[in-house]
Amino acid sequence: MTVEGVLSYLVFFATMAGIYAVLSLGLNIQWGYNGLFNIGIAGFFAVGAYTSAILTTPPSPTHLGGFGLPMMVGFLAAGAASGLIALLIGIPTLRLREDYLAIATIGIAETIRYIFQNEAWLAGGIRGLAGIPFPWRRALGPSANFVYLALVIAILAALYFALERGLRSPWGRVLKAIREDEYVAAASGKDVFRFRLESLVLGGIVMGFAGSLYAHFVGFISPQAFHPMLTTFIVWVMLTVGGSGNNKGAIVGAYLVWAIWSMTEFVTDFLPSAMATRAASLRVVLIGVLLIAVLMYRPTGLFGEERHVSRLIARSPTGGSHARSG
Amino acid sequence: MTEVLQVILYGLVLGSIIVLGAIGLTLTYGILNFANFAHGDMMTLGAYFALFYRFGLGWPLSLSLVAAMISGAVAAVLIDKVVYRPLRSRGSITLLIASVGVALIIRNLIRFVWGPDNHYYRRGIQFPIRWMGLRIKPDHLWILGVALVLVILVHVFLRYTKIGKAMRAMADNMELAMVTGIATERIVVWTWAIGAALCVAAGFLLGLDTQLFPDMGWNLLLPIFAAVILGGIGSPYGAMAGGLIIGMTQELSTLFISAAYKPVVAFVIMIVILLVRPGGIFRTGGAVKL
Repeated sequence: MTVEGVLSYLVFFATMAGIYAVLSLGLNIQWGYNGLFNIGIAGFFAVGAYTSAILTTPPSPTHLGGFGLPMMVGFLAAGAASGLIALLIGIPTLRLREDYLAIATIGIAETIRYIFQNEAWLAGGIRGLAGIPFPWRRALGPSANFVYLALVIAILAALYFALERGLRSPWGRVLKAIREDEYVAAASGKDVFRFRLESLVLGGIVMGFAGSLYAHFVGFISPQAFHPMLTTFIVWVMLTVGGSGNNKGAIVGAYLVWAIWSMTEFVTDFLPSAMATRAASLRVVLIGVLLIAVLMYRPTGLFGEERHVSRLIARSPTGGSHARSG
Repeated sequence: MTEVLQVILYGLVLGSIIVLGAIGLTLTYGILNFANFAHGDMMTLGAYFALFYRFGLGWPLSLSLVAAMISGAVAAVLIDKVVYRPLRSRGSITLLIASVGVALIIRNLIRFVWGPDNHYYRRGIQFPIRWMGLRIKPDHLWILGVALVLVILVHVFLRYTKIGKAMRAMADNMELAMVTGIATERIVVWTWAIGAALCVAAGFLLGLDTQLFPDMGWNLLLPIFAAVILGGIGSPYGAMAGGLIIGMTQELSTLFISAAYKPVVAFVIMIVILLVRPGGIFRTGGAVKL
């Protein structure tokens, strides 16, 4: 492998991991800070990706849209569409038991996948959508991927600082209070339902952003790319490994798990092709074992949650246990 | 009219498969208090166990089913020992996350061992029996028969055996059951074993009806959850009714919309139930928090 080859692979790796880090941040808003069990990440991701793709591709006779709008519009609309889905799913389920939300989110993710798969007029059905533009690709030539990486990192950083600020505000403290004990939060006059809805929608918006970044990076999306368990599951592993309730952990976990995931791909690539497809499933097994091992032996993840009350009170240095009442 | 009757027959077949899956899920849900997302993949595993006994060892199909049910029960008890029991004190959501991990491990081990392609218990085409204008496959009669026998066995077990009564008591009210001195750990093991055996039977019948592939159980998990919620979590009799309703509605919906949306129909019913009667159609309250 040449130096350029290695470098371009690293850029690809860092970009993909960065997109997953955005997803992981989105999940952290919902689960890490508010205890909302969303296992429909793939659905929000898909809605973002498809929204952005439909709005920015050139006009097409075979499916909806092709509006040829700028990527920026697609990006913002992706967040809006995904946030809207979160709102619609949150209203009936957030008053119910937390496991009902889990079942409902996986239901919505499957429904979204079935729709994109079967409605060819909407987004090409099973054949997917190709030719999703990345505006400066032609002008930039070989350095395009560097620029895209910079864009992903910039968005990731912006989201990180915005979330850190928001989650350290009184609003963020209410989210945590609800996670720890919803009755106490309700007794002190907080509208538990409204805060949960805000957390679900905000997380959904961030996941929609990630979908848009993914669509414009790979240029082609199809329903297979949003298989619920794989996309959703790996993000859960990322956040759990990094440490839920910690934005730094969400990002580091994403890069770490994506590195492990990619390295196992190298290993399976060396196998004869007859074995390679089967060995690929062992990669998923490995990730599953990693998740259960972290749950058992290091439930706080690498970083654990940063205990934080207010910036006016000195912070305690170590993360606390992430205990919550079932 | 014949067409509707035909669809109702399909609904009964699908419904009885869902019923068997739902009884196991509702028992573990009610007694262990967590939504087991590996239940669908346990179905798949059971179907492949039976495939192994049928073709790996050359046993007759009926014996393969019984052997697969026992193997599935053993596997479920082992998984509980290794994964769920150490995590049980950490709350239902940790268990739920772990079960998602278990689901992916099971499914991908299946893919590793048996490959991604479809498998069949029988080769060749079965000619349907024609009866009153209906086309009935012999396999469909098998599915209905096996499901009926198992449901009756479950009923006898829950009504008349000590373990069965203890299981119902625990699903109903855990604290009360513990106060009355029920050996809860032993009942937990029984719950896993019986739930898994039924779930394996469901997977087997699903494989008999269509074909075996690694995602087969996962694809049925959402309808099974819908049946459990419809019947009220922890209620095996509710799960039976819920399973039949969901199976029937899914098949009847194909008269109006594309068959590709069958799982979505189950999901929509579930959301409606969550909105109007979150405790299931047979009781009110219980599920609502704040």
